[in-house]
Amino acid sequence: MNRTRTTLVALIAGAGLALGACAPGSSNDSSGESSGPAPGAVKTDAASLGDVTLTVWDQEVRGGQEKQMATLNADFQKKYPNITIKRVSRSFDDLVKTLRLALTGADAPDVVQANNTRSQMGEFVKAGQLVNLDPYAAAYGWDKRYPQSVRNVASYSPDGKTFGSGSLFGMPQVGEVVGIFYNDAKLKTLGLTPPKTWAEFDAALATAKTKGEVPLVLGNLEKWPAGHVFGVVQGRFTKADEIRKLGFGQPGASWVTPENTKAATTLVSYVDKGYFNAGFNGQDYDPAWQNFSKGQGLFLIAGSWLQADLSAAMKTDVKFMLPPAPEAGGSPVTTGGSGLPFAITQKAKNKDAAAAYVNFITSPEAMKVLADNGNLPVVETAAQKAPDALGTDVFTAFGAVSEDDGLVPYLDWATPTMGDTLGATLQDLLAKKVTPDKALETLQKDYGDFTAQ
Amino acid sequence: MAARARPAGPPGEPRRIGYLYVLPAFLVYAAFALYPLLKAVYLSLFDWDGLTVGTWVGLSNYQAVLTDERLRGAFAHALVLMVFFAVIPLVVGLVLASVLHRASVRGLGFFRTVVFLPQVVAMVVIAVAWRRIYAPDGTINSVLTAVGLESWTRGWLGEYAFALPAVGLIGTWFESGLVTVLLLAGMARIPRDLFEAARLDGAGAVREFFAVTLPSVRGEIAVALTLTVIAALKTFDLIYMTTSGGPGYTTTVPSYEVYRQAFELGQVGLACTIGVCLTVVIFAISFVITRVGDRVEG
Repeated sequence: MNRTRTTLVALIAGAGLALGACAPGSSNDSSGESSGPAPGAVKTDAASLGDVTLTVWDQEVRGGQEKQMATLNADFQKKYPNITIKRVSRSFDDLVKTLRLALTGADAPDVVQANNTRSQMGEFVKAGQLVNLDPYAAAYGWDKRYPQSVRNVASYSPDGKTFGSGSLFGMPQVGEVVGIFYNDAKLKTLGLTPPKTWAEFDAALATAKTKGEVPLVLGNLEKWPAGHVFGVVQGRFTKADEIRKLGFGQPGASWVTPENTKAATTLVSYVDKGYFNAGFNGQDYDPAWQNFSKGQGLFLIAGSWLQADLSAAMKTDVKFMLPPAPEAGGSPVTTGGSGLPFAITQKAKNKDAAAAYVNFITSPEAMKVLADNGNLPVVETAAQKAPDALGTDVFTAFGAVSEDDGLVPYLDWATPTMGDTLGATLQDLLAKKVTPDKALETLQKDYGDFTAQ
Repeated sequence: MAARARPAGPPGEPRRIGYLYVLPAFLVYAAFALYPLLKAVYLSLFDWDGLTVGTWVGLSNYQAVLTDERLRGAFAHALVLMVFFAVIPLVVGLVLASVLHRASVRGLGFFRTVVFLPQVVAMVVIAVAWRRIYAPDGTINSVLTAVGLESWTRGWLGEYAFALPAVGLIGTWFESGLVTVLLLAGMARIPRDLFEAARLDGAGAVREFFAVTLPSVRGEIAVALTLTVIAALKTFDLIYMTTSGGPGYTTTVPSYEVYRQAFELGQVGLACTIGVCLTVVIFAISFVITRVGDRVEG
């Protein structure tokens, strides 16, 4: 018996020693800083690069996304027969979970679609796993075609600490914008016109309520949907630059301001007046907008990603608009950004070929292919033909807000923990478990702790 | 003392050869269970994001688990879920099993299949189905409205007081069948003459249950409790699919925190720490259960 125990102990100790040899992650040959090629060293003639195989990881798996990707990949290989694309597509969730391991592995992909957030792109930049695209941006003219507000959402400082400025690390294909979907038929029945100001919006909510309609549809079981509603209401009071700092987690702003307090109070007043559907905190996101598409509710604050589904269900009864301009004047401010940007990995064998590929799938011709397949192109949006009436609304809105510099980042991008903090805090706020002041203090703590580092 | 003349130990091959026979199984076990476990313990001593070089932080991750209100809350929620996953199903299972056993119902196989059915369905499917049931316009609220209790309707999973019990109830529904079938099997093994003797002594159904049935199925109870307690403590998919830990942080559980820390926040070291703590808790509780079960039975 005694001997058994000693043997076991020895075995365990031995195993412990074997794995105790080095700190985790030390086998990676990461330089710590992300570097790109020297200026002028970029080769843009992809046909002259010899035989290259590019492994590309994307998450364009659904309907129109899948179609545009397949079309562009085929076109690219037709144009450059010397380059073979090995495409690996995964669902978004799957990509998020596996990318971290894939980038550190020996057989890393060459081009990857990485989420803009700090927990993904930011971490990869910090670990020196992505190529700084600034030299390519200059060589291919991306910096001229993509407006600053769009490039910002894929930019980091080379040490990965600052988000929203610095160097370009990815190129997105599609845009996203949060706005207000409204049931046009219902609006007419209620004798209303699309609100042009926030006062008119409030009046429309009140009218809908008195006439027995649900003014605002929200499904907040997943925690994050209320963030989009708050983002839109925040744009009514808070300046775009201030929101940008809060959203990118850059120092110099504060959650505890009179403007943000007004935004939080307004949101709570919507709850008090019964403007949201009953039990919204326990309502699923998808059934909520599906109910809207079946005629429940007047307004739905949500993103352009619902365009195809809502249009299919409601035809011309549904319309999309940007939130009214801020009360202080100026042009509309709303949450938005880009789809997942395409980035080049530090382990890519032929970075010039990878860049040529990224350029191809974000070129003006590619934007047309994107629009033809029902996607919202991130640039040159207004020039494209939308698939249907609602699509035209969305294209117009995105074109206007991105060119007027009214796009502000998703608030949960600010810090690694903000998605969680914001979701839980807004649930608390909407359920009236906390006061607006208390809620803003919680958000400020998350933001403040992070920016103080 | 004549044995001294022979090589020491019992007859047959030397004892040490025995370890050789165990070796293949041990190697597999070591590679797929022991090594990952030890590696997790080792990683839990680092502040590591999974990408760059980690820094040694000693036991501070463990300190964080013990002091962080949210992480402590997660463990508390898991303990509440234990009641719903293990205790209530045990009570339900005991009642159901003894009724089914005693009444020797016609079509027992059918009923057994019905109560066991939840176990066969993937947890994700169950979670999605129950989310619909609990929805503001879901089944429960429709029924409440139909019987005139409209003031009771609510978004069950979004209410602070009801979310955790609501999630727990799914667990009760899920585990009751397993417990019932386990106990039924145990009861079928009880010799008939024991019941006969009890009845001859004038015991009613209740007396018979406590005097004969309950003591006889202690082993099964221990097994059922171990399985359900582990299920309660390591539940992840249910929370992930129903509430994402909300509303607020009222339904987070340790496994969900492991996922969040490792994949969302890039705190692989802390995630390992939570995992290790969870393993210790599960080990301790199942150790107690089997010990108690064994002792009473023996």
